[in-house]
Amino acid sequence: MPTFVIGPLAASLFTVLAIVSLFLSFVMLGSHWLKNHIYAFALESWTIAALSAAVAYFGHYQELYIIAILTALFRGSLLPYLLLRLMARLGLEREFTALLRPSSSLVLGTALVIVAYLVARHLGARVPSDDRIVILALTCMLSLKLIGFLMMILRSEAISHILGLLVIENGIFLGSQILVPGMPLLLELVILFDLLIIVLTFGILMRYLQLHAGTTSSRGLQRLVG
Amino acid sequence: MADLILGLWLAPTLAIILILAIRRARAAEFLNLAAAIVTLCASAALLARAPARPVILGDGFLLSSPLGLWVVLCVALVYALASIYAIGYMRLLTEEASRLPRFYALFAGFALTMLVAPFMNNPGIYWIVIDLTTIVSAFLVGFEREAESAEAAWKYIIIVSAGLSLALLGIILFYWAGTFSFGPVYAMTWHRLRLMAPHAPHSLLLLAFLLTLIGFGTKVGLAPMHTWLPDAHSEGPAPVSALLSGALLNTAMLGVVRFLTVLDAGGLGGAGHDALCVLGALSLTVAALFIVRQTGAKRLMAYSSIEHMGVIALGFGFGGVLGIAGAMYQMLNHALNKSLMFFGAGNMMRAYKSKDMRVMRRILRFYPVTGTIWLLGAIAITGAPPFGPFQGEIAILRAGMGGPNTWAVAVMALLLIVIFIGFLAHFRRMVAGPMPAAGHEPGLALSVWMTAPLWLAIIPLTILGLWWPPLLWRLFVRAAQVLR
Repeated sequence: MPTFVIGPLAASLFTVLAIVSLFLSFVMLGSHWLKNHIYAFALESWTIAALSAAVAYFGHYQELYIIAILTALFRGSLLPYLLLRLMARLGLEREFTALLRPSSSLVLGTALVIVAYLVARHLGARVPSDDRIVILALTCMLSLKLIGFLMMILRSEAISHILGLLVIENGIFLGSQILVPGMPLLLELVILFDLLIIVLTFGILMRYLQLHAGTTSSRGLQRLVG
Repeated sequence: MADLILGLWLAPTLAIILILAIRRARAAEFLNLAAAIVTLCASAALLARAPARPVILGDGFLLSSPLGLWVVLCVALVYALASIYAIGYMRLLTEEASRLPRFYALFAGFALTMLVAPFMNNPGIYWIVIDLTTIVSAFLVGFEREAESAEAAWKYIIIVSAGLSLALLGIILFYWAGTFSFGPVYAMTWHRLRLMAPHAPHSLLLLAFLLTLIGFGTKVGLAPMHTWLPDAHSEGPAPVSALLSGALLNTAMLGVVRFLTVLDAGGLGGAGHDALCVLGALSLTVAALFIVRQTGAKRLMAYSSIEHMGVIALGFGFGGVLGIAGAMYQMLNHALNKSLMFFGAGNMMRAYKSKDMRVMRRILRFYPVTGTIWLLGAIAITGAPPFGPFQGEIAILRAGMGGPNTWAVAVMALLLIVIFIGFLAHFRRMVAGPMPAAGHEPGLALSVWMTAPLWLAIIPLTILGLWWPPLLWRLFVRAAQVLR
């Protein structure tokens, strides 16, 4: 719960930034070109970094500036760079085997946002805080979570799975900036680095897959069943 | 106490550094084994000195609780057994000889992460350490660099990471619920979560718990989040399978149980226990269905792990002193027994050069001693007397009969019988089936490294089945008092 008083300017700024990140996740959902995904993810990370900085400024949480810089650096620059390199190395351009057409996935994504809003409204009515921004933060957090899972389900390229997971993590980060800006710095830092290690691990394992299984699509990974 | 914990962590750390510095397979084997023995001694000493109440150490970062120390003992025990076995088993993988030092470094690193996690006093840090266990063990699962192991490692890390992201969301919601009691900035600990729980909004608390249950439940391998488990456990080298199954699953179960106590403190325990019982019963069902129709030896053991995690989840779900004691007893028995089963499966796999149980015929004729112990292990793991798992399962069944979830007792009893029949039917075929085709007889001579751990597991299993040590009972009672 943000304990600082949120003025109308801060509230609208937070809202815009949260909505922009939600919108960017729809860009990812609606496109099958991997490059677009990675750029949208980078932009989303920068938006979240801006949100961190805004919360730091209006809420006087000095340490959130550090988080903002690290988010922009790691999530906004380093991770997209690593993913682009991975994409180039594996020679992947786009996702060919998505289950649904982009338009259908967008409709499904919208439905998930509505579900997220209903849950957020239910929770928001029960917590001792009457800030509208809480409901917005919860909605974005849960929406990104669900959209990330949807991306992982609908797509079969390994790199799409990584991106889905990163969208989920972005959602958690976005929500936590507004809901719990006072979360200890240590924890946030460790989670950032943890993410970096995970992506590096994914990269290595993907090359294992390419090398030893001959495919990076989950359609091709059918050896282990039963 | 802090010294002992430090020693516990230092041994594998030193081993990793030395292994990476020396880079020789033989040295790596014995450095890893030495680290394992030191950690086993340290964890036993820690448990012997376990205080009745949880103790906070190291600037509030470390928590030493009876249940946590118990999990650490289980981890150290499996680590020690698997380290002995690994020496014999990994030498057979001649094509990997040059990469053995890296294997042992990862192996010790994996054990280290599991020895660190139970001591974490901050749920967020606990989550991070559990995430690290995934990363390290994914490389171990994919160590053999075949198509199957690469696939298994990939599925493992992607499914578990996705699951754990749900747990992270749950932890953030728990932290948020705490800000209503403690203000926006506070240090999150297990104890503080229990303190804030009575004042937190019920729906928020329940949502947060369900998210952590699903998240850590994925790591525990509870159905329907178990899909990574049979692949990862069957495709890694046998010592890794033992560590994954006997040690890692318990470490993750600890998180589920601790979040359950938060829910208990918030007055919502009923819903939490019900949820755990449902997942436990579902795991038993899935395991029973797949055990009956299984053909791979190690996949059979993997589904049996899902079964036992279901049993342990039911134990904690039933709750009460008896339920918790039964579940903790089952943790140790499962750790010993499943290590034995994976070692036996690994031996037979190497001997018959196949993972398929239909190829492993007449095991008692070719391997009278190893085969007999493996068979006894199979009888033990299906819950037949006079072995440890029987005692644990009976305690859990008795605990359930006194609680509100009697339906789960009936389901559990029925499915245990199904699993007993299905599991032992496979062993009957391996013992009594037709002779292997000419030219396919196993010719491998098993080294003492590969047979000694079987003995080291079956002897305590038999003792634990015949005699429930009062010392352990007192420990379980203390753990149950802390958890309630």
